[in-house]
Amino acid sequence: MSGFIIQRLLQAIVVMAVMSVIVFAGIYSIGNPLEILIPPEATQDVRERTIARFGLDRPVVEQYFYYIRNLLQGDLGRSYIYNEPVLQLISGRLPATIELVLVSVLGALFIGVPLGMLAGYRPDALSSRIIMAVSILGFSVPTFWVGLILILTFAVELGWLPSGGRGDTAELLGTAWSFLTLNGWSHLALPAINLALFKLAIMIRLARAGTREVMLGDTVKFARAAGLSEWTIMSRHVLKLISIPIVTVFGLELGSTLAFAVVTETIFSWPGVGKLIIDSIKNLDRPVMMAYLMLTAGLFVTINLIVDLVYALLDPRLRKGGAA
Amino acid sequence: MSTPILEVSDLKTHFFTRAGVVKAVDGVSFSVGAGEIVGLVGESGSGKSVTGFSLMGLVDPPGRIVSGSVKLDGEELIGLSWDQLRALRGARIAMVFQDPMATLNPVLTIGTQMRLAISAHDKTSRRAADARAAEVLTRVGIPEAQSRLGSYPHEFSGGMRQRVAIAIALLHGSQVLVADEPTTALDVSIQAQILTEMRDLAAETGTALVWISHDLATVSTLASRLLVMYAGRIVEQGPVASVLRDPRHPYTAGLLRSLPATAEPGQDLFQIPGTTPSLLDPPPGCPFRPRCAHASDMCAADPPLETSGERGVRCFHPLRETVNA
Ligand SMILES: Nc1ncnc2c1ncn2[C@@H]1O[C@H](COP(=O)(O)OP(=O)(O)OP(=O)(O)O)[C@@H](O)[C@H]1O
Ligand code: SF4
Ligand SMILES: [Mg+2]
Repeated sequence: MSGFIIQRLLQAIVVMAVMSVIVFAGIYSIGNPLEILIPPEATQDVRERTIARFGLDRPVVEQYFYYIRNLLQGDLGRSYIYNEPVLQLISGRLPATIELVLVSVLGALFIGVPLGMLAGYRPDALSSRIIMAVSILGFSVPTFWVGLILILTFAVELGWLPSGGRGDTAELLGTAWSFLTLNGWSHLALPAINLALFKLAIMIRLARAGTREVMLGDTVKFARAAGLSEWTIMSRHVLKLISIPIVTVFGLELGSTLAFAVVTETIFSWPGVGKLIIDSIKNLDRPVMMAYLMLTAGLFVTINLIVDLVYALLDPRLRKGGAA
Repeated sequence: MSTPILEVSDLKTHFFTRAGVVKAVDGVSFSVGAGEIVGLVGESGSGKSVTGFSLMGLVDPPGRIVSGSVKLDGEELIGLSWDQLRALRGARIAMVFQDPMATLNPVLTIGTQMRLAISAHDKTSRRAADARAAEVLTRVGIPEAQSRLGSYPHEFSGGMRQRVAIAIALLHGSQVLVADEPTTALDVSIQAQILTEMRDLAAETGTALVWISHDLATVSTLASRLLVMYAGRIVEQGPVASVLRDPRHPYTAGLLRSLPATAEPGQDLFQIPGTTPSLLDPPPGCPFRPRCAHASDMCAADPPLETSGERGVRCFHPLRETVNA
């Protein structure tokens, strides 16, 4: 097992190194931030000093190594726009995003998997057809459109729920969280539903497909022949057998949602990382973009690593193979 | 035969598919005495497994038991609710399948799977359940059973896995165990070992065995009585020695002639001409007719089961003389 972990860690480091080159090159090529950094009326002297201060007069390779050196020391640079350390900027916004994403992805998991298993257990029942119709809807309707409809219906027409912001927050571990207050939940509800719908559809699909396959197999038949109740068969045998693809997709969805909750955050004015990134792209705020992309890459690498480890826990057959 | 523990009469299980009705089991009758070992043989597709599943009340849709009766120790099983049947399955009538890799759950330990099977019928403490599981594992020939409860199926050899499956089926001392080709996937020496163990075990616990196989030779070493199945029916039955010595049904005779042991060295193996008929909307009359050398116009009707003593045969022109000297 430890050999397996070391091997995967080395892979992760290589991936991160390659990512850093690609990201740096990409951001360097999309535009020069000078126009934004330096007011047009600035004197030539101010211009040159500013350029030198940000190291923009150095060759690109040198800029890259300078960036990496700082990165390894935990310094992600300062935002051109906010003039704050990037790390501080992002970590200030991160809890809002994390909370929104966790609520929606976990909600999708805990609602979607049982629904999918139900639909897979009795594929021809009316309830199963309704569940599948919901999941097709979740797949085919664009997120931004659902977001707008949710706001129009529940915030504008009915006036039941607020249309934006985080609402009241409470402190936990030195950070403000919405999910600790009732008012916070009322703000969280619509964006979380909006973000969860697509994931819910995926979870239903996966659980249904897995359940249908497992139900036809000999494991279920043998368990029935031993007199196990249908509930025990579903909750102990089937759930465990279908969990591997579900864990994979859960991990990937968690990662991609953390990175790309941008649309929902924008629609619901949710003050998370997504909104920060949109602003940084508009302003060519290189350090923020760079840090965001690197963190995203790191996030995916970490999640993949965790998913692999969870596999080994779920499937005893992989444990031996992985250590070899 | 001793008092019957299992009595099956005129059992019909059909599959209602889009293409038509598949009459997989079409009027099967037999009985099994307490502690008796009965072999159910027949070619692939003759309906052996479906017969087994019907006894358990585990026929998958689009299949359904259409008519007939299955009595376990005098109690009628046909018509019982799913829950009533569930209470019997694994407790009084149990079943093992061909491929233990597919029947055992690869992601649960043997101990967990056995505990689940125990708690399906008895509420016991975990310790008592473990002790019972270990005891039954020991009985089916698994060494150091206690310490192997934490192992996963893939950590056992094929033969050991099948022993675990058999142990799970025997946890509650069932009166009847339906064994659907449990040794077919194993190599010959392991097969022989398990057969012997099963015979001893059945004798020891008084469990009656319905041993399903397409291999007449193996079954003959184990069973005391043979049921020969063809196209969803039992075409011949009787004590093993008597049937082997003196087959009455042309199909049984053909099966016997095709055994390697009966062929002269260097000679090609005999094969029954033709192929197993489709069970989809079968034509009336004897289903063996297209392949039978003894067929006559009479055989366009359904041959009834004629019994004399312990022997039974479903044929208008049963063979009289001995085929294998
Ligand atoms: N789910 C099903 N749908 C339609 N037909 C089925 C189904 N299950 C079994 N049958 C049909 O029932 C017949 C008997 O099948 P069964 O599995 O009992 O044969 P078997 O004697 O056990 O053969 P084998 O030695 O290959 O296991 C076959 O013709 C098969 O096509
Ligand atoms: S009934 Fe006729 S066709 Fe059928 S096995 Fe007997 S002789 Fe052959
Ligand atoms: Mg079969």
